Amino acid sequence: MSLLRVEALAKEFGGIHAIEDLSFAVTPGAIHSIIGPNGAGKTTLFNLITGLYRPSSGRILFEGSEIGGVKPCRLAALGISRTFQNLQIFFNMTAIENVMVGHHRHLDRRFLPSLFHLPAVARADRALKAHCVELMEFVGIGGYAGAEAGELPYGALKRLEIARALAARPKLLLLDEPAAGLNPTEARAIDEVIQRVAASGVTVVLVEHDMKMVMGISDHVLVLDYGRKLAEGSPAEVRANPAVVAAYLGIQP
Amino acid sequence: MTKRSHRFGLLGLVAIIAMAPLGFPNAYFYDVATTAMIQAVVCVGLNLLIGYAGQISLGHAGFFALGAYGSAILTSRFGLPPLAALAASALAVVTLAFVLGRPILKLAGHTLAMATLGIGIIIHIVLKTESWLTGGPDGMSVDPFSVLGLTIDGDRAWYWVCGFLLALAVWLSCNLIDSPVGRALRAVHGSEVAAQVAGIDTGRTKLLVFVVSAVFASLMGGVFAHKNGFVTPDLASFFRSIELVTMVVLGGMASSFGAVAGAVILTLLPQFLAGFEDYEAVVLGAIMIGTMIFLPKGLLPSIKALARRRVRS
Amino acid sequence: MAAQLLQLVFSGLTSGAIYALAGLGFAIIYNASNVINFAQGEFIMIGGMAAATLVAAGMPLPLAALVAVAGTMLVGMVLEKLAVEPAREAGTMAIIIITIGASILLRGLAQLAWGKGFHTLPAFSGERPLAVAGATLMPQSLWVLGVVVAVIVALWWFFSRTLFGKAMLATSYNRLAAELVGIGSRRVLLAAFALSALLGAVGGVVVTPITFANTDAGIMLGLKGFAAAVLGGLGSGLGAIVGGLIVGLVEALAAGTLSSAYKDAIAFVIILVVLIFMPQGLFGKKAVDRV
Repeated sequence: MSLLRVEALAKEFGGIHAIEDLSFAVTPGAIHSIIGPNGAGKTTLFNLITGLYRPSSGRILFEGSEIGGVKPCRLAALGISRTFQNLQIFFNMTAIENVMVGHHRHLDRRFLPSLFHLPAVARADRALKAHCVELMEFVGIGGYAGAEAGELPYGALKRLEIARALAARPKLLLLDEPAAGLNPTEARAIDEVIQRVAASGVTVVLVEHDMKMVMGISDHVLVLDYGRKLAEGSPAEVRANPAVVAAYLGIQP
Repeated sequence: MTKRSHRFGLLGLVAIIAMAPLGFPNAYFYDVATTAMIQAVVCVGLNLLIGYAGQISLGHAGFFALGAYGSAILTSRFGLPPLAALAASALAVVTLAFVLGRPILKLAGHTLAMATLGIGIIIHIVLKTESWLTGGPDGMSVDPFSVLGLTIDGDRAWYWVCGFLLALAVWLSCNLIDSPVGRALRAVHGSEVAAQVAGIDTGRTKLLVFVVSAVFASLMGGVFAHKNGFVTPDLASFFRSIELVTMVVLGGMASSFGAVAGAVILTLLPQFLAGFEDYEAVVLGAIMIGTMIFLPKGLLPSIKALARRRVRS
Repeated sequence: MAAQLLQLVFSGLTSGAIYALAGLGFAIIYNASNVINFAQGEFIMIGGMAAATLVAAGMPLPLAALVAVAGTMLVGMVLEKLAVEPAREAGTMAIIIITIGASILLRGLAQLAWGKGFHTLPAFSGERPLAVAGATLMPQSLWVLGVVVAVIVALWWFFSRTLFGKAMLATSYNRLAAELVGIGSRRVLLAAFALSALLGAVGGVVVTPITFANTDAGIMLGLKGFAAAVLGGLGSGLGAIVGGLIVGLVEALAAGTLSSAYKDAIAFVIILVVLIFMPQGLFGKKAVDRV
């Protein structure tokens, strides 16, 4: 049974068809990558899956239920989490608080217990803090636990977003260009983090331009071009596909 | 802010409230201090909305005035006990803030500012016009506050009551900020998109903080009505709403103590400048412009940042 | 009955024309920079007050009007240079607070200079009312409508026929692209403030014989101008004009037929209703957010 299935999905903005007749499936426990030239519609696809855009037509099914057009805050409860291509860090909070927010839907969010600082809320927050420190160590930025979010370097912030997404205990994690702007060493570190995340049982779908990373860690690759599916399959199959080579990887001499 | 600095700040505030009267030569000082503390509580509530949640309200004096007039009318014209009147007004304000808040909080930036401005001004006009109920532009008098046979009378009594309320308000807001609800609030300000994806219903969160800040204003409006013995429609004026925003902005957004500082400074300032009346608008306008250009984070957070940098070097 | 209605219509169109000018002022600045200039109303007030005091001091009306308008334009440009430009990158909240602060500051300064009393200008072509279909029309109202139409035509010519006007339009469509082809956005913003100040001042001068000038008048005028701009769709010039006339008419008709005490509230009810039910206004476009 696929965790996420997209059927004949389409999204238009005015006259522009950002996504057209797209269908694919994501199998649980695997690492899936979506690649394609800039403007191919990858971030639009993520925005559709996470409820930030409504589909113009077609269906998005998560664990069998229709989620197209569902409000983003409800999708977190279903088990979908994501990071952003242009960092959406809460710079008005500390790093650890950023991660704690990720866990929001699991907490007692009622107003009065928070207002009066009831012992149960305080206890839950202490436990959460400890858990979030572990998450930060898991992604490799444990040393920044006490820092303000604004003090972290760019590479650490990318990982902070992943820690925040993991705090939600997702079944499906969408990573939008996790290695963007990172040097090769940092990119390799993110690589490892992604593999560790997948090994812990979370299904990962990532959008990436870094071909080495994509081909190295993916179990399945989907290639988009102008909002349509160009090809899909294992890394080896995609790499050998002549249409992909021509459109994206460059014509071989 | 860390929990420790919250606790420290609260203790400091309580100490100041307790010891300040030692320096008061006469009853007038108690009166001014009480007014400052009432404004401070309203600002603490408003700061939750502006500083922490990143929204704006240019009509908050309207909620204050509704609370004031609610207490005035329900006690003096309908004979309700003051505590019940306070609660009833607060309930009415909650309802109004909820009903209006839902649609307008979907807006952002200037459109939200204008909508809240509109609410405040409409309240002002209604209070001026329905003189059969409100006494019109000349205002109406208010019975003193009494509960269980005890009457709060005199400047000293009101000072201690409002001092307690201020400490309580700051304690509650510090609790809130450090809690899951508070983090959700701040997340909405930090990045609404990321907050939604993390599972926070941003619309509901914004509405919650809007209603809470309106209630702070309403309750203190009622307190003010009984303390002052008299209310006028100008309590709801645009100028009053701007004053409140200036207090929050000056003292420090995203800092409950900053909001208190801003309220105290701007309440005491006219006292120090004789003949200030004529220059009030100029000074207020200059403070607003100057703060946003030179101290965009407000006084207290800027002082804190400066101190942190000194400590580092 | 019909004559009474016509009377209200004349009155509404006259005030509506001033709101249209104010709304245009908002639109121009908003288009240049996404800033809502809360001080727009003060431009109207300053124009009227300056002209009134100059004429009272003996200056002939045409010269006084010119000086008043030029002076207000100067005020607008100083405002932009000192208060708005330093905070360009500071975010919406900061700019809102700054322009509100500027409006309060200008009003305070005006009160120090001119006091709180009412001043007036003599009507441009006399006080004898004209009879039109049973209703009376003050000649000054015709001046108001005429001047506003002339200003609108001049604006249209400016934006569609002159190079700088087109440059300003380009900036409103895409600031970065305009800068890349050499259109300085800072100069455009300065010009936008000067233009809005001009519009406001002209409105102030031409309406003072009817409504009298007073340093407190700016706030309400500005806010009603904002109602016009929002109703028409923020950023749309045509919208601001249509919006202004609608606000003026609704206000006059409601005050005349329902309740005059709530006249001022009409504009704010319009603001709330528009923002809640159709925030893009009559002619505006719906915005799409990119993530």
